[in-house]
Amino acid sequence: MKKTKQLIAALSLLLSGIGSAQADYTLNLMKGVTRISNEVYDMHMIALWICVAVGVVVFGTMFYSIYYHRKSMGHEAEQFHENTTVEIIWTIIPTIILVVMAIPATKAMIDMDDTSEAEMTIKVTGWQWKWEYEYLDEDIHFFSSLDEESNRARQIGSGIDPTSVPHYLLNVDNPVVIPVHTKIRFLFTAADVIHAWWVPDLGWKKDTVPGFINESWTEVDVPGTYRGQCAELCGQDHGFMPIVVIAMEKADYAVWVEEQKALALAEQSAAQKEWSKEELIAKGETVYANNCASCHMADGAGMAGVFPAISGSPIVIGDIDAQVDLMMKGQGMMPAFGQMLSPVDFASVTTFIRNGLGNAVGDSIQPSVIQKQQSTLAAVEDDE
Amino acid sequence: MSAETAEHDDHHDHGPAKGLLRWIITTNHKDIGTLYLVFALVMFFVGGLMALIIRTELFEPGMQFIEPQFFNSMTTMHALVMIFGAVMPGFVGFANWMIPMMIGAPDMALPRMNNMSFWMLVAGFVLLISTLFMEGGAPAAGWTMYPPLVLQTGNALPFAIFSIHLMGISSIMGSINIISTIFNMRAPAMTLMKMPLFVWTWLITAFLLIAIMPVFAGAVTMLLTDRFFDTSFFDAAGGGDPVLYQHIFWFFGHPEVYVLILPTFGIASTIIPVFARKPLFGYASMVYATAAIAFLSFIVWAHHMFLVGMPLAGELYFMYATMVIAVPTAVKIFNWTATMWKGAMTFETPMLFSIAFVVLFTIGGFTGLMMSLAPVDFQYHDTYFIVAHFHYTLVPAAIFMLMAGGYFWLPKWTGNMYDERLGKLHFWLSAISVNILFFPQHFLGLAGMPRRIPDYAVQFTDWNMISSIGAFIYGFSQLLFVYIVYKTIKGTDCEKATDEVWEDASKHGLEWTIASPAPYHTFLTPPEKIPTEHY
Ligand SMILES: [Cu+2]
Repeated sequence: MKKTKQLIAALSLLLSGIGSAQADYTLNLMKGVTRISNEVYDMHMIALWICVAVGVVVFGTMFYSIYYHRKSMGHEAEQFHENTTVEIIWTIIPTIILVVMAIPATKAMIDMDDTSEAEMTIKVTGWQWKWEYEYLDEDIHFFSSLDEESNRARQIGSGIDPTSVPHYLLNVDNPVVIPVHTKIRFLFTAADVIHAWWVPDLGWKKDTVPGFINESWTEVDVPGTYRGQCAELCGQDHGFMPIVVIAMEKADYAVWVEEQKALALAEQSAAQKEWSKEELIAKGETVYANNCASCHMADGAGMAGVFPAISGSPIVIGDIDAQVDLMMKGQGMMPAFGQMLSPVDFASVTTFIRNGLGNAVGDSIQPSVIQKQQSTLAAVEDDE
Repeated sequence: MSAETAEHDDHHDHGPAKGLLRWIITTNHKDIGTLYLVFALVMFFVGGLMALIIRTELFEPGMQFIEPQFFNSMTTMHALVMIFGAVMPGFVGFANWMIPMMIGAPDMALPRMNNMSFWMLVAGFVLLISTLFMEGGAPAAGWTMYPPLVLQTGNALPFAIFSIHLMGISSIMGSINIISTIFNMRAPAMTLMKMPLFVWTWLITAFLLIAIMPVFAGAVTMLLTDRFFDTSFFDAAGGGDPVLYQHIFWFFGHPEVYVLILPTFGIASTIIPVFARKPLFGYASMVYATAAIAFLSFIVWAHHMFLVGMPLAGELYFMYATMVIAVPTAVKIFNWTATMWKGAMTFETPMLFSIAFVVLFTIGGFTGLMMSLAPVDFQYHDTYFIVAHFHYTLVPAAIFMLMAGGYFWLPKWTGNMYDERLGKLHFWLSAISVNILFFPQHFLGLAGMPRRIPDYAVQFTDWNMISSIGAFIYGFSQLLFVYIVYKTIKGTDCEKATDEVWEDASKHGLEWTIASPAPYHTFLTPPEKIPTEHY
């Protein structure tokens, strides 16, 4: 089966005259790494072969007729029509085929729906245009967005060859890490618009709907890195919010959990530390490139009529508290960055745009101040 | 009979108005049919241009030519223009021209409303196209316009919504006209079960349209009030639900796809018997299958929404109901095959397009059946597999049969035969390139490429390139069609068409019993006898 598949692929590529060096392509659905994804694959193959068989019979009949029942071959038209027996037979046969297909599909559907007895839960929130992950049992929490290298290469006229970027558009800064042989329940929601979380190797995708929670589950059998993408149109950067899942042996996963906790502590103390303006500006530049540049543009010029410019913006060069407030809570298409950026990132990008991109206000803001505001904001939201 | 009609014509001075004004004030079903067809052809090229912009950006990975937001506008506008501007008006054009001639009526039942519904459509499209030049760009949330994303649209949103209202009113008026014409204006001998299938499929389509267009108008009006009047139909923070919109939209949207395909079936069922020189195999079962498909189309909508988080019972119900559609659809395909069986076939351009339609539509049907399996759709959903599926049911189906109908009836309309050699060239170019264009998209979707993305991972490069090449060949070959039509209308060095046009066609339909070109007014007195071959 696999051999034939490769053969067909190679042949068609040869015929089309395009011999790609890194021919990492596939022609068929992937089997994936879970029991469910294998069930789905099998069902896909059954359906495919049924269609091929029906196609051979129907098209065979049609082409036989087209060849032999031509007027140019001197064939005389027979004037038969309406035959109840034939019509009953060709209504019953498809019905039987459908029943045969419906049985395994029903079984798989019931199986996929059953999220009971999960050993751990990860809450996934879709944002424009990144993913937020919360490990509900471990107190681990982070955002995951397109990796910097892909992000640079994907800018229009970047001059960077996408083939030179490893896992172009399918790589993130912070991957989701899960243990193998563990039933994991995913809870899905969204902060702004509808997204869909899809890793083909897990065998399914699910919509993330703002204000509602969907659930799904997986249990990965093979350690490895599995890549996917947002699958529901969610605005301009819909194509640029990939998903990377790393499945680890349970022992390795435990190590990762400890690392994450240490990182959280380090971030905590960084927020408390006093930062110099230069440090903030330097850090802010990267934060800007990763979070702001896709709308407000790398040079801060914005896009007329859609995204306001940063350079010379009355908000950016005006009162710093008003600016922080707007960035915290968001406005229109501008997401609420208060929930998305760490205190250090938030303070540094604020300082950067006030002192870079053609602006020179001269002031700065400390991460510790931001942190205080974030916690009041969170408290207010909880009250609501 | 044709002589009689022509004579009758000469006594009264009921010719067309002179000059350009003729086309603005006309109430003649043939003129309005022409207007609709020309409009559809223009929109086909506008939508096609957008498709080529999309395929150009997708030729290789990396962003080369357009911003992602504009890319999203292109996918959105391409769909709206093709569905509401090209395919639907194309079929309405055929309905206007052919239904009165097929049922032996002098015109449509409501000629003034006929004129109005055309010009409202034009107004709707002027509004829609104007959004391309607005601040914030044209709508970019997909033709399905899901909230909350669509509420982020700039100034274009109210214009797009109002243009949908206009198109909706236009479609409803057109449908009322078609239904009243069919029910009231048939020649006395033409009972319902003797009507040509094209008339039957349009009758059912018109009922679908009347049922669904108000639903769509309601859905987009709720978007309007959510955006501008602080309602929360689709906003959870105010007690609403974004998924509610999807339920309403697809209650419209699924029957809508049958609006695009039922007249297609009707044209195929008209053309295939003529060139097989046989009656249609199962006339009654074709009528029942069409009605069954139309009925089922109302109760399967949520198969577009398997991922939104429906309860298990909902998923299973919509899966089973969707699978059932395969039965009447299979009946239709078997019927066309049985009609060809033991016929005496010839392969003029309309027949070639019809055969390609049966084969390629069946492939689209196969993938549709695969997608009906909810657990497998969890993989297929929102990928290029879906893009391939619905383009197979739209381009080599609806568009091909619009072309087939054009070649089939053009000689009757103009009195001239089109250039058969060029017609065949147009067919082969289209049939081959449409597969280069869409077949690789199945592979892309299965390999994991989501739809509606302006850039992609490098492993998807090869098939995207092939698909883009196919798109350009397909797009440019359609210019040949314009040339052929132009040449046929002009008529210099064209063979003159006989009244029957196609061998023994007068056994198949009333339209072949009148003169070619069809006089401005036909069947001022109803025909006494009707042909018998088509039912
Ligand atoms: Cu998304």
